[in-house]
Amino acid sequence: MQSTAHDFKDNVGAALANPNLQESLTMLKVGFSERRRLAAERLPEFEALRDRARDIKNHALANLDFYLEEFERKVIGLGGHVHWAPTAADARRIIAELCQSVGARTVAKSKSMVAEEIALNEHLEAIGIAPIETDLGEYIIQLRNEPPSHIIAPAVHLTKDQVADTFLEHHTPLGFTKRLTERNDLVAEARYVLRQKFLDADVGLTGANFLVAETGSSMLVTNEGNADLSNTLPKMHIVLATIEKVIPTLEDAAVLLRVLARSATGQESSAYTTLNTGPKRAGDLDGPSAYHVVILDNGRSNVLGTEMQEILRCIRCGACMNHCPVYGAVGGHAYGWVYPGPMGAVLTPQLIGVEEASNLPNASTFCGRCESVCPVRIPLPKLMRHWREREFERHLTPKAVRQGLALWGFLARRPKLYRRLTGIANRVLALFGRAEGRYGALPLAGGWTRFRDFPAPQPGGTFHSQWARHGGTRTRP
Amino acid sequence: MSISPSRSTHPRRVALFVTCLVDLFRPSVGFAAIKLLEDAGCSVEVPPLQVCCGQPAYNSGDRETTRAIATQIIDAFEGYEAVVAPSGSCGGMLSHHYPGLFDDDPAMKARAENLAGRSFELMSFLVDVLGVEKVAAHYDGTVTYHDSCSGLRELGVKVQPRRLLNSVEGLRFCEMKTPEVCCGFGGTFCVKYPEISNAMVGEKSADILNTGAQTLLAGDLGCLMNMAGKLQREGSPVQVRHVAEVLADMGNLAPIGAPDEGKR
Amino acid sequence: MSGSHDDARAQILGGIRRSLHRGELSGGPRQAVEARLAAPPRGPDVARARLAQPEKVELFCQWAEANNATVARVAAGDVPGEVTAYLARNNLPARAAMAPSPQLDGFDWAGQKMLSLRRGRGEGSDQVSITGAFAAIAETGTLVMASGPEHPVTLNLLPDTHIVVLREADIVGGYEDVWERLRARYGKDRMPRTVNTITGPSRTGDIEQAMELGAHGPRRMHIVVVRE
Repeated sequence: MQSTAHDFKDNVGAALANPNLQESLTMLKVGFSERRRLAAERLPEFEALRDRARDIKNHALANLDFYLEEFERKVIGLGGHVHWAPTAADARRIIAELCQSVGARTVAKSKSMVAEEIALNEHLEAIGIAPIETDLGEYIIQLRNEPPSHIIAPAVHLTKDQVADTFLEHHTPLGFTKRLTERNDLVAEARYVLRQKFLDADVGLTGANFLVAETGSSMLVTNEGNADLSNTLPKMHIVLATIEKVIPTLEDAAVLLRVLARSATGQESSAYTTLNTGPKRAGDLDGPSAYHVVILDNGRSNVLGTEMQEILRCIRCGACMNHCPVYGAVGGHAYGWVYPGPMGAVLTPQLIGVEEASNLPNASTFCGRCESVCPVRIPLPKLMRHWREREFERHLTPKAVRQGLALWGFLARRPKLYRRLTGIANRVLALFGRAEGRYGALPLAGGWTRFRDFPAPQPGGTFHSQWARHGGTRTRP
Repeated sequence: MSISPSRSTHPRRVALFVTCLVDLFRPSVGFAAIKLLEDAGCSVEVPPLQVCCGQPAYNSGDRETTRAIATQIIDAFEGYEAVVAPSGSCGGMLSHHYPGLFDDDPAMKARAENLAGRSFELMSFLVDVLGVEKVAAHYDGTVTYHDSCSGLRELGVKVQPRRLLNSVEGLRFCEMKTPEVCCGFGGTFCVKYPEISNAMVGEKSADILNTGAQTLLAGDLGCLMNMAGKLQREGSPVQVRHVAEVLADMGNLAPIGAPDEGKR
Repeated sequence: MSGSHDDARAQILGGIRRSLHRGELSGGPRQAVEARLAAPPRGPDVARARLAQPEKVELFCQWAEANNATVARVAAGDVPGEVTAYLARNNLPARAAMAPSPQLDGFDWAGQKMLSLRRGRGEGSDQVSITGAFAAIAETGTLVMASGPEHPVTLNLLPDTHIVVLREADIVGGYEDVWERLRARYGKDRMPRTVNTITGPSRTGDIEQAMELGAHGPRRMHIVVVRE
């Protein structure tokens, strides 16, 4: 998709002024974090599982080439095919050719953020193939021609009423002319409409939560069952997954599954966790006759071995954004590309360039709530700080910030001069702010005083000047 | 007088890391910290060459400046048994982030690690290290407490201030719904992304007002100034103070951002 | 753009090795990962997956119900009767697509005069399906379905109502016990084409985060646990 990450500040303004979005975010902020907390409390081993989940992903990354080759060997051994795509364009071409090879007119898609990353839908449409999003949230936003705003809840920015309007508009031609008001009716109508599309689709395309090297299986975790219909009904199943999705064994999958659903939705387990291994076997009454896995790099191998490597542990649970107060204030679309929230703030600059996405790793208070809930313990604030360091080294930091920092750094390294200047600043601010105790406006502090008063210093001078006045002998000789 | 530690503690030679915001805006927090430490049996010194911990540079990606400032702080606090800051973010900077600045300089890294091992946030030092269980202070009113992010998540400051506040005579405590959610200060964040920061602090002020508390306390002056500024812009009468001030029985001082009536 | 399949493969694997500052794994490090694959280490023990069999059965039933399935515990002879009664209780048609499995054929379906059964895969028009289960996981109330001629995947997904006949002995503690059973049954390197692990009916939280049942798969799941 086309990035608007460079417009982050404008996107933020629009998001904060959007009442439907703000209403949706209010629900998100309470719901997800509370459910995750309860799920974690119900499993005494949760913290130990997080440690192991981190270690498993680290081990897989350190031996990534080995496990990818092992995965490929197993897939081929069971009659499947593996395709290697260094770039997004390669993946688009491979998938298009596979679809064309079976004369596909429609593709039933199960939600895949990697497909968003490579703008697959636009590409398929351009060559006359209709991609049909089957995850309810993805289906809703496809009808509305919007990008997802969350990696596991793509339509979380919308209210029920907006969904009702969307369905009325798009389902009326299909004979559904009543505007629905209940959630279960909306779900039932989408189920009915999509069921026929599943039955008609020529190709099913899914992502993968994990690729299991031991067995050559792709593993999918969903609640709706749409991924399972996508990989069961059409004659061809295509799995699109990035290189870091490979894990060694089923035992490792068990650990990761235990932290994934709990971190994501607070469920003990998602409704469907499915392992697919190769095409339909002899005697099977259903299943696809062709099974293809497209393994995409798209810049990830360059992240290995760098200070950013830890982001490759991400299992896309969404807990970081569910707990992020910045995401909670502005929602996912403000981030301007596929991956929002803290994981997006680290990954997006890697994938589309730090010049385009420079705001994302800066728009964080480093409150650390994301890291505290990450199931694979990615130090997201640290990685965001690394981006800021790279921006600073490359002189991408805004000039005003650099100049301010340079002046402040100069003073901070000269304690005596610093004391003299802060002494003056303290007295001036205390004097003019004395009557009110605060400022409603201050030169050079408009960013603060636009929304907040600025407290004036206590009278009597800085701490150090007071301390020197009446406690000098107690200071260090 | 006011503090009765649970176990006998030897006087310790403690250095106070004042922090630049306390120095410039709210010296009483520094004096409150000294009082609490002395009452717990410490002898407190204030090394004169301290300035800032370096967070503004660190969080802006300026590693070189950060290292220069960190070196200066490491020098300034050489030789003290403990370094105590009335701030979770500055304390966390010393105890969690300095060593990583010197990965390519083993000698400095060792010194940074040494400092990290004896650096503490004030509440944590009083309760976890000195074993202080109560204070003899009086404060009339209902208070609520905001858990500042670094203190909470880097240093585990959560029960300590609440335990001590529980011993303040006349004080009633009332939790917010989400005391652990960031107030939107974030150092330079609040001026670089003022709209987001405002949305965050707006939500925080609503949470504070919903408690019905007359006083808001926290352990970090940056967060306190942010929340006080927002509450006052909204016309709220909630008083905002640093937790150390209330614990040191200095709750009669003018709150943050209010005129000092005595000297008016 | 890359050239051939082999070029693309070499480009990705080579890029990974360059970033990891090494060539293809060999020697001791290779043996170590091969050994790890051959004998997969288990993660931290989860206490609730380590119960005695009767408690496992209890725990499975509790979690299945917590996840919006319904559970009936009956003797083997009562399985067909329970199925008929369930359909009647819920005003569902006494007509179902049933997995062509010898295990299910072992029950006396002929005794249910009103019940009409079709053996085969699931179709879009089916309202009710009846299947067995390869295993079930006590830890989370999860059913495990292994695909094959005796268990078409479509029966798990297409009908509105899924009735599952589960033997108590097939209830295990955690995922790891399922993996062991799969390896024992199918061989370590040969998983069934599809293993569906299913926890309750299909659901979605995509509209305002409120859970609604029956998104694409079954709206109702009834588990008939066969007492032993």
